[in-house]
Amino acid sequence: MSGFRQISFDAIIVGGGGAGMRAALQLSQSGFRTAVLSKVFPTRSHTVSAQGGITCAIASADPEDDWRWHMYDTVKGSDYIGDQDAIEYMCMEGPQTVYELEHMGLPFSRTANGRIYQRPFGGQSKNFGKGGQAARTCAAADRTGHALLHALYQGNLKNDTVFLNEWYVIDLVVNQDGAVSGVTAISIGDGEVCFVAAAATVLATGGAGRIYASTTNALINTGDGVAMCLRAGFPVQDMEMWQFHPTGIHGAGTLVTEGCRGEGGYLINKDGERFMERYAPNAKDLAGRDVVARAMVLEVLEGRGCGERGDHVMLKLDHLGADVLNSKLPGILELSRAFAHVDPIREPIPVVPTCHYMMGGIPTNIHGQALTRNADGGDEAIPGLFAAGEAACVSVHGANRLGGNSLLDLVVFGRAAGKHIDELLRQGMQARQAAPEDMDRALDRLRRLDASSEGENTAALRGELQAVMQLHFGVFRTGEFMREGIAKLEALKPRIENSHLADKSAAFNTARIEALELENLFAVAEATAIAAEGRDESRGAHARDDFRERDDDNWLCHSLYFPEQRKIGKREVNFRPNVVDTFQPKARTY
Amino acid sequence: MSQVLVSIYRYNPELDSKPRMQSLEVDVPGDRDLMVLDVLELAKAKDPSITYRRSCREGVCGSDGMNINGVNGLACITPLSKAAGPARKLVLRPLPGLPVVRDLVVDLSQFYEQFEKIKPWLINDEPPPAIERLQSPEERAKLDGLYECILCACCTTSCPSFWWNPDKFVGPAGLLQSYRFLADSRDAATTERLAELDDPFSVFRCRGIMNCVSVCPKGLNPTRAIGKIRNMLVEQGT
Repeated sequence: MSGFRQISFDAIIVGGGGAGMRAALQLSQSGFRTAVLSKVFPTRSHTVSAQGGITCAIASADPEDDWRWHMYDTVKGSDYIGDQDAIEYMCMEGPQTVYELEHMGLPFSRTANGRIYQRPFGGQSKNFGKGGQAARTCAAADRTGHALLHALYQGNLKNDTVFLNEWYVIDLVVNQDGAVSGVTAISIGDGEVCFVAAAATVLATGGAGRIYASTTNALINTGDGVAMCLRAGFPVQDMEMWQFHPTGIHGAGTLVTEGCRGEGGYLINKDGERFMERYAPNAKDLAGRDVVARAMVLEVLEGRGCGERGDHVMLKLDHLGADVLNSKLPGILELSRAFAHVDPIREPIPVVPTCHYMMGGIPTNIHGQALTRNADGGDEAIPGLFAAGEAACVSVHGANRLGGNSLLDLVVFGRAAGKHIDELLRQGMQARQAAPEDMDRALDRLRRLDASSEGENTAALRGELQAVMQLHFGVFRTGEFMREGIAKLEALKPRIENSHLADKSAAFNTARIEALELENLFAVAEATAIAAEGRDESRGAHARDDFRERDDDNWLCHSLYFPEQRKIGKREVNFRPNVVDTFQPKARTY
Repeated sequence: MSQVLVSIYRYNPELDSKPRMQSLEVDVPGDRDLMVLDVLELAKAKDPSITYRRSCREGVCGSDGMNINGVNGLACITPLSKAAGPARKLVLRPLPGLPVVRDLVVDLSQFYEQFEKIKPWLINDEPPPAIERLQSPEERAKLDGLYECILCACCTTSCPSFWWNPDKFVGPAGLLQSYRFLADSRDAATTERLAELDDPFSVFRCRGIMNCVSVCPKGLNPTRAIGKIRNMLVEQGT
């Protein structure tokens, strides 16, 4: 790799969303040389699109609220494959983490007594499911992600974090000992390729919703970090678990927050029936997202869908009145008018379940250390590698994430990773040496593309990939149909590996970036497909028509996908919280 | 299907000695109104070398600010019907007044520098309470219309005062954010913030042209915020 510039930091964070910037802030505050490499200017990261809020028991709406109730809801929501040590940590640390954001300036909405406003969200209860609906989601109107991401960017500016904006990371540099010594990256603006070395590399690259044709995710959500791990041969966890959000705008895929239902909106079918009363008599429209999404699909399949094609249902908000909608859901009014051509003050919004969130990802412990499996089948931390946020699977969401727990996951575990790296750096952790061949390996795919002289172009291949995932790995799945999908992916693989980059220019070459992203999308899609076909039960978001029941005897566990064997194995769920008693699995009803 | 004529500003520093306009016919579905970004994506599928920034595609990340048929706006929330009109012709140029990196991508360094100059973070050295700092709904309401800024640069790059003094005039986006902190009941640095703005250029180069207000894709009003800062500066001076 001679001729390439090497830049060194104490820690590098790949990704400038909520998790990455929270980790960076922690380290910059301690005075460590910390750089965020982000393929977009940080406030353009997908965290900005989060709407409804951040859930935790700050006891504003209800002075009796308790983080243990939040923990119970989250364990139940995960369909019991969320790790209870991690969920406990998140729910317990949540309030402090949110107060820190408020102190940093995050403009939360307020209650009459000046505290942070909290709204009801799906799957929330008081007193371990026995006390009715809770209101636990801290909100800044319906722009909480935007407010949070900007507050974090501001905090990082104040603390002199180095931002390498519009830098795209190509691959991890893994040395012969299996340790991560940094990354290879392109400065998008001028095309320069560098080796960025660090004692700690944090992957905070977010989700990969763009593997599906219909998604609420930003165009940049291409699973870059997960794919880097797969190429390095590291396993990834629970990749079959994808959340389909009940309320994506029909036709456009843009999200309308669950907060709409939290504020009193509800779903209706073509007969005007509030159908969730049949599927979840207690929680109704605020049941778990997986439950609501399946109910919507069943309504459509049974002929009660709306519109000419009967392919969607409606979200009714007009009964809330213009005042509530203008003050609590102003962003939803804008989005509905722009993308659905309806005004929710007067008419319902057409919605369909839309790919929203990757529960799976890079397995980590609660300190953000990325894990692999050692020869004895046990967990082993990968030296130098960390992950946080949607890219990671710590796992607090298990088989189904609760609304409002995503922003919490980002900041709690971004902060935890930062704190742990801080400690390791103080103990003298050094950057691991990399040999020239280690760096070369991390440039293989870039060189292949730059040398390509023929092959298909990115946009068409990406469209085919997304169509296969949408059709074969959607809300309801069956083994045979998934195997057909896997065969289609196998046929697509060599075509993507031989794609053609016609434009070889250096300056701001987005065609090159999109070609590199397509390989990442494919890697994530393949892991998803194989993991989904392997888990022969229904749990949380993974609903199989051929295995309709949850199978705790065989599948009360994580799946681990091993990229070299292209096979899945099993990993134990952590049922050992430190402070409270274990929440035992039971039937999950709302 | 129907056709739209798209004329796109093209400039690649490695290949072009000067910028040119490229015309493309793009087929668009006839049954629904696309956004300008959708049309650009279709154009890029035909010619992958067309370059622009984009991310959220729903008007909240601020990546795809550009000049659309003469008006700055976000491609992802500008409907084709509104932009192209009955002539069905779309003309896309980079945001004006900043150096062009390539095609529709401009170098935003000066824009970000002006933003950073106003210390866009909450300043309060009092030790925080064990819970959140309290703020009444009325105090919080003062931040509405300010905190929603997405840093898309549509306003600042439509401002003749910024074109003239991009190094010295903070510009509408930066000043909107400056007032966001001045108006925050939790911020304790009002005097210092005003002192740093108290020169002939930072604020007072605003001539009330109000291009910023007409183009803001989020419906915000930087001119009003600048007026409030002026008043505070004048009051502090007396």
